[in-house]
Amino acid sequence: MTITEKILAVHCDREEVSPGELINAKVDLVLANDITAPIAITEFKKIGASDVFDKNRIAFIPDHFAPQKDIKAAEQCKMLRDFSKEYNLGLYFEVGRMGIEHALLPEQGIIVPGDLVIGADSHTCTYGALGAFATGVGSTDVASAMATGECWFKVPESMKFIYYGKLNRWVGGKDLILYTIGDIGVDGALYRAMEFEGETIRSLSMHARLTMCNMAIEAGGKSGIIVPDEITEKYVKERVKRPYKFYTSDRNADYIEIREYDCSKIPPVVACPHLPSNVKPAAELFEVTIDQVVIGSCTNGRIEDLREAAEVIKGKKVNPNVRMIVIPATQKIYKQAIKEGLIEVFIDAEAVVSTPTCGPCLGGHMGVLAKGERAIATTNRNFVGRMGHPESEVYLSNPAVAAASAIMGRIATPEEII
Amino acid sequence: MILKGKVWKFGDNIDTDAIIPARYLNTSDPKELAKHVMEDADKEFPGKVKAGDIIIAGTNFGCGSSREHAPIAIKAAGIQSVIAKSFARIFYRNAFNIGLPIFESDEAADKIEQGDEVEIDADKGIIRNITKNEEYTAKPMPPFMQELISAGGLIKWTKKKIKTSYQPT
Ligand code: SF4
Repeated sequence: MTITEKILAVHCDREEVSPGELINAKVDLVLANDITAPIAITEFKKIGASDVFDKNRIAFIPDHFAPQKDIKAAEQCKMLRDFSKEYNLGLYFEVGRMGIEHALLPEQGIIVPGDLVIGADSHTCTYGALGAFATGVGSTDVASAMATGECWFKVPESMKFIYYGKLNRWVGGKDLILYTIGDIGVDGALYRAMEFEGETIRSLSMHARLTMCNMAIEAGGKSGIIVPDEITEKYVKERVKRPYKFYTSDRNADYIEIREYDCSKIPPVVACPHLPSNVKPAAELFEVTIDQVVIGSCTNGRIEDLREAAEVIKGKKVNPNVRMIVIPATQKIYKQAIKEGLIEVFIDAEAVVSTPTCGPCLGGHMGVLAKGERAIATTNRNFVGRMGHPESEVYLSNPAVAAASAIMGRIATPEEII
Repeated sequence: MILKGKVWKFGDNIDTDAIIPARYLNTSDPKELAKHVMEDADKEFPGKVKAGDIIIAGTNFGCGSSREHAPIAIKAAGIQSVIAKSFARIFYRNAFNIGLPIFESDEAADKIEQGDEVEIDADKGIIRNITKNEEYTAKPMPPFMQELISAGGLIKWTKKKIKTSYQPT
């Protein structure tokens, strides 16, 4: 069996499960945010359950339109706060303590290897980087799981991606996953679990693994997963508060498809409008001028991402035609960035730095695009209208390429700067 | 269950930002959401669509975010069903969970045109094109999905389950 099948089997008390089977499995953690929790709360109340299944296994994180951007958003956030008080939830994160959900939960050690996690947010698949099975569901699924601690799943087929070879300078997890999505397309892994492995993955740091698994959904994947190893062990050891278990894939496990990539051939890449699969080498896009740069999101808002951007922009200025917005993904990352002097680097470069929020990633607030404007962002989606006006455009890249582009006022590579 | 209606046709990879743009997600009121359904795919759509209409699309319909607002907006706009070559998986489960019947059929997606009148026999998985006098087959709905739809969605299903297994009398 694959790691995915093993985790699913354990959670429905079975020895074995196989792809295609519909199962009801126990969940270890249920997640919702300020957009999806309000519907989950309304639906939960309709069920008529006397209590939630476990008050310490439900995480409510207001991060999309928080700090509350308008009255309607404030009403939605209030629903989370009120429900959390009413049911005494242990994992409610108020503004000031919150961060972008998928950065916050691993950072706080709330998700552990071997977990089965569902979240009413499509990028819940991020936690596969820890060796957990994690997948995005809808609000109604969350409502039902809050009552029962269970959720229905179709056991996915697994697709294996093997990465080998040395990474080029300025190439990271973001480039690997964009390259992969460019190869298989936005529905290339539809309904499937994407298992990332190979020598390059085994030496890849946790933040880059989180970035890769984060974007599994952008290829249609049900989940992304990496078999845990010493790097996982090191990351979780100092954070987790629950016992955990490492699962691996059997040597003779079945995969519907196996793909291999020679990483030495992958340059820094950019996904052009309006699909994450529309991937081109950054170096071929020098004629694309930009109005805005966003560094942040659950994909690339971690401390390592900020370091990478700061390294490129240090001592330089943001191009006069460009607005640069930097958003550390959590309070802890924000504080660490202050300590390391990164925030000063950004402010000296004339970038704006915001408190943690999803904000511009979904065209919510804190940097929405006008008609005809163009942004390069370290986020994960570049659909029509994603960052604002339906006639605006979003290019997706790694933090170094985004920072280099901020200086040049057009899509650029870090080599041009450093 | 027989569903009959006029068709609106869309292409491949219609994402959740096209179905209901994130800028409207500071509310989850179905009526508000319905006012903007499919707006970023076709600006005039919310004004043109009529109760009982059916959407036909290509591959990967509903890709992108997990927002249940997408099938909710579709349902609240009075759209009875969506037929596509394939659905993004979260959209697929959300649709069944809220009781919006959806069908996968390559043939129907290719042959049905904008404005055609179609009739779906949900139990048999047969799609009839009344305008063209043709018939196509849809992938059969898995038994569990039928159970969900006939229970009236996941919430009602869970309610029943809680009564029977979680609070034994
Ligand atoms: S940062 Fe963007 S992709 Fe990530 S959870 Fe927030 S809105 Fe979603």
